[in-house]
Amino acid sequence: MSFPLLTATAALPAVGAIATAAVPAARRTAAKWLALLFSLATLVLAIVVAVRFDPGGARYQLTESHSWIADFGVRYELGVDGIAVALIALTALLIPFIVLAGWHDADPLETGSRRWRPTQGFFALILAVEAMVILSFEATDVFLFYIFFEAMLIPMYFLIGGFGDRAHEHGEEKAATQRSYAAVKFLLYNLAGGLIMLAAVIGLYVVAGNFSLTEIAEARASGELTMATSTERWLFLGFFFAFAVKAPLWPLHTWLPNAMQESTAPVAVLITAVVDKVGTFAMLRFCLQLFPEASKWATPVILVLALVSIIYGALLAVGQRDIKRLIAYASISHFGFIIMGIFAMTSQGQSGATLYMVNHGISTAVLMLIAGFLISRRGSRLIADYGGVQKVAPVLAGTFLIGGLATLSLPGLAPFVSEFLVLVGTFTRYPVIGIIATFGIVLAALYTLVLYQRTMTGPVRPEVAKMPDLRVREIAVVAPLVVLLIFLGVYPKPVTDIVNPAVKQTMSDVERKDPQPEVEAAK
Amino acid sequence: MSATAVHSLWTTAATAADPISKIDAPKIEYGQLAPTLIVVGAAVIGVLIEAAVPRKSRYYAQMFVATVSLAAAFAAVVALAADGYATTKAGIAAMGALAVDGPALFLQGTILLTALVALFTFAERRLDPMAHGNRVDSFAAQAGAVPGSDAEKRAVKAGFTTTEVFPLLMFAVAGMLVFPAANDLLTLFVALEVFSLPLYLLCALARRKRLMSQEAAVKYFLLGAFASAFTLFGIALLYGYAGSMSYATIAQVVDGTVQDVTPALAGTMGNDALLLVGAALLVMGLLFKVGAVPFHMWTPDVYQGAPTPVTGFMAAATKVAAFGALLRVLYVVLPGLRWDWRPVMWAVAIVTMLAGAIVAITQTDIKRLLAYSSIAHAGFILAGVIAANPEGISSVLFYLAAYSFVTVGAFAVVTLVRDAGGEATHLSRWAGLGRRSPLTAAVFAVFLLAFAGIPLTSGFAGKFAVFKAAAEGGAVPLVVIGVISSAIAAFFYIRVIVLMFFSEPRPEGPTVAVPSPLTMTAIAVGVAVTLVLGVAPQYFLDLAGDAGVFVR
Repeated sequence: MSFPLLTATAALPAVGAIATAAVPAARRTAAKWLALLFSLATLVLAIVVAVRFDPGGARYQLTESHSWIADFGVRYELGVDGIAVALIALTALLIPFIVLAGWHDADPLETGSRRWRPTQGFFALILAVEAMVILSFEATDVFLFYIFFEAMLIPMYFLIGGFGDRAHEHGEEKAATQRSYAAVKFLLYNLAGGLIMLAAVIGLYVVAGNFSLTEIAEARASGELTMATSTERWLFLGFFFAFAVKAPLWPLHTWLPNAMQESTAPVAVLITAVVDKVGTFAMLRFCLQLFPEASKWATPVILVLALVSIIYGALLAVGQRDIKRLIAYASISHFGFIIMGIFAMTSQGQSGATLYMVNHGISTAVLMLIAGFLISRRGSRLIADYGGVQKVAPVLAGTFLIGGLATLSLPGLAPFVSEFLVLVGTFTRYPVIGIIATFGIVLAALYTLVLYQRTMTGPVRPEVAKMPDLRVREIAVVAPLVVLLIFLGVYPKPVTDIVNPAVKQTMSDVERKDPQPEVEAAK
Repeated sequence: MSATAVHSLWTTAATAADPISKIDAPKIEYGQLAPTLIVVGAAVIGVLIEAAVPRKSRYYAQMFVATVSLAAAFAAVVALAADGYATTKAGIAAMGALAVDGPALFLQGTILLTALVALFTFAERRLDPMAHGNRVDSFAAQAGAVPGSDAEKRAVKAGFTTTEVFPLLMFAVAGMLVFPAANDLLTLFVALEVFSLPLYLLCALARRKRLMSQEAAVKYFLLGAFASAFTLFGIALLYGYAGSMSYATIAQVVDGTVQDVTPALAGTMGNDALLLVGAALLVMGLLFKVGAVPFHMWTPDVYQGAPTPVTGFMAAATKVAAFGALLRVLYVVLPGLRWDWRPVMWAVAIVTMLAGAIVAITQTDIKRLLAYSSIAHAGFILAGVIAANPEGISSVLFYLAAYSFVTVGAFAVVTLVRDAGGEATHLSRWAGLGRRSPLTAAVFAVFLLAFAGIPLTSGFAGKFAVFKAAAEGGAVPLVVIGVISSAIAAFFYIRVIVLMFFSEPRPEGPTVAVPSPLTMTAIAVGVAVTLVLGVAPQYFLDLAGDAGVFVR
């Protein structure tokens, strides 16, 4: 038996979470270093996974399979395709930066009870989320996926509800109330989605008799397993609902602005750049593979909802007064693009969507983490409280601008490639929708540039006059991500090479029964 | 498919099921009945201890007898199961009065372990502050002393404790062991009374808030007496219909395979009205015991008023025993009527799930909240009962085992959170508990997550098993409603977690008492079972699956 690489990649942060949580209360700095160490070690393993993965090889590689709950037909089955490899790499890449950016976010204000260890808890929870996210990217058993899809809500919930911005315009009491409101809203939305998916998971078991993605897909391909049209549609809707809440897709998005606004910047990055990707990833892996016919049936409605997300998210971002809320709505707009790319059912669209997931993760991380540094300096999240920051803190302003330009998909930065692919992929089949979606980019330019202009340019406001520029730790967080944005903007080949074969296979799953000429048309 | 063929899915023919035709010398299989006999014996010894042993030593003597007998009874259950009485050797014992089969042994094992854990919480003596230099437990110093009277003060000063709770507990356990194994209606009724009456008494014995406790006991007793009367009436009507008390004979009469008419009953036998009304009344009595809507009204009041260790025991073990009996009645006695009872049970399950989950949202007392949660859970279990397939039986067995340990553990945690007036059960008092006692709050959070059915806890495995069985049994709408009410229910479990972890602790808030190893063991067992059944349920699912066939 070969070394269980995938299990190790997920187990390492889990072990790290336990180790971090066990650090005594007084040694909180040690806990931080321990968490960073484990996240870096996970990154190393993720890189090994990416290197060992052969893009030209079998669909699922590095597979592991063990019996787990035979009564439910559940197996512990792991395997990665190119899409999963890219997203695991993204996750493992972002977590060290999240840990580093949140270095002081969970320091206790006063030393209360000796047993109260918020710092240890904060980093342990981040690592726990990482472990569950990685496992849900790896799982090829529907039930196994479901378990981690659901279980990751619990640590996320504590991260949102337990740790907020130090500075809150309404005081600590109000902040705690709003935080717990945001945490509960996050949990209820996602739990409701998850439970509806549970009904569909049970339904799938009744129909298929097991949970193995590969077996079900094979049985469907060979015609061994047939589903009545209505059954397939209901099951598809059950799965899709959960993923659409997680992603989030309009009109199920309303938990995201609350959650991102109230949590600290690193946790906000964790939500939007890492956890939400599980939703869009699962659409590709489960919705399209298990229910190809129903996916095609639902495509028009989903595309329209994605379009609404793009435009609506962008419009609301323009109108926001709170920096983090603005980024949240921008993310909703971007998730619209991702979902549109997935359901455009063209290879450019889906490659673009996968690439978009990676790029959006990096660009949002840059923007949000710098916004977090900014907010922690001034003690306010309101755009109106800033002005002229670029004269006081040029590095901060400069990197913030790069993050902003990445968000509006400036050519030369990574998100441009993916957004372009998504739009081309959509246009070849649904020209009208592609054209309308382009307005999302125009609006993106509006909200990012206005944000930059209002906060960074103009006369220096007295409150920001003494604002220090980025510190070494903060530069260590931002610089590698900015470099990566530029690198992937110029040379996206490493990612596309890994992703493309998997996308082709997903395409062939969906298009198996009625081949469409659009791939040729696009060439 | 004929009716008998369908039933053979979940029943096997007993080898020795000849109807009692003439009065023989009773033949009792002492070995097969050992679990029950040990517990009854221990209960009787407990009564004798009360009469003969000096007051100072009674507590220890009672604890010793109770612990040893419960452990021995559990060992007997395991030995019987290992000997094949759960599968190949399953049969009818004690002249047709009791069944020794898979479901009976599984449920008896669950009840015995639950009782053992609950016994530890009964025996806890470190939580209440010492009264006049004596360690005291959760029970009244002297049950007969009127609350607030001089007699009560004298009893407290003298350091009396109600060690009678131990034999009462043992009698209740004995009744519960018989209840799911009963194979004729009369045994069923006797078992019902044997476990109900001690519970009524136990409910009235709280040391603190005695009036509330007594009120709860009176309510429980009155409503319980009504339910018993209905059950008895139902039994009488069924006897009138079938001319027999035996489960197997009634089932045969329902199927129409037995034709001989008892002359004295010629006027009534085979009258469908008697069958339907009798079955309805019988099932009603059982639904009362499981706390299903609309027979749930007693649950919140009794759970709130009873001493918390009793609540925990009652919530867990009563539910196990009553669902066991309900399963046996529906699957063994009334399978031929399933087209009649299934629609009704559908409605009951739906109302129970939804009402339990929705009403729980408005609760402000932790014990009442757990009471409504137990109602919602009764609804989930009913979904498995309705499945009417072998998976239905095994999933219900598994769910009951999982649920009972979570329940005992959760109520054990409730006993720890205290202020000057005893347990602080109002939810607002729990605010910020996570800051003050992270471990206690975390343990309670584990139990709440298990109640909510979050993956990797036993609650999820159980819920998945019953919903899967229900879906396979064709009850897909029931599953959807179950999932929706799970989402509603999740809201109030989460609300408690929010309260514990995200609210600022109150300056005059309650403290968490440090318990003796007894309660710690109870809680630790609860957490361990919750996590083991959540992460690696396969062994226990196999156990429940093997145990999933009733003997007829």
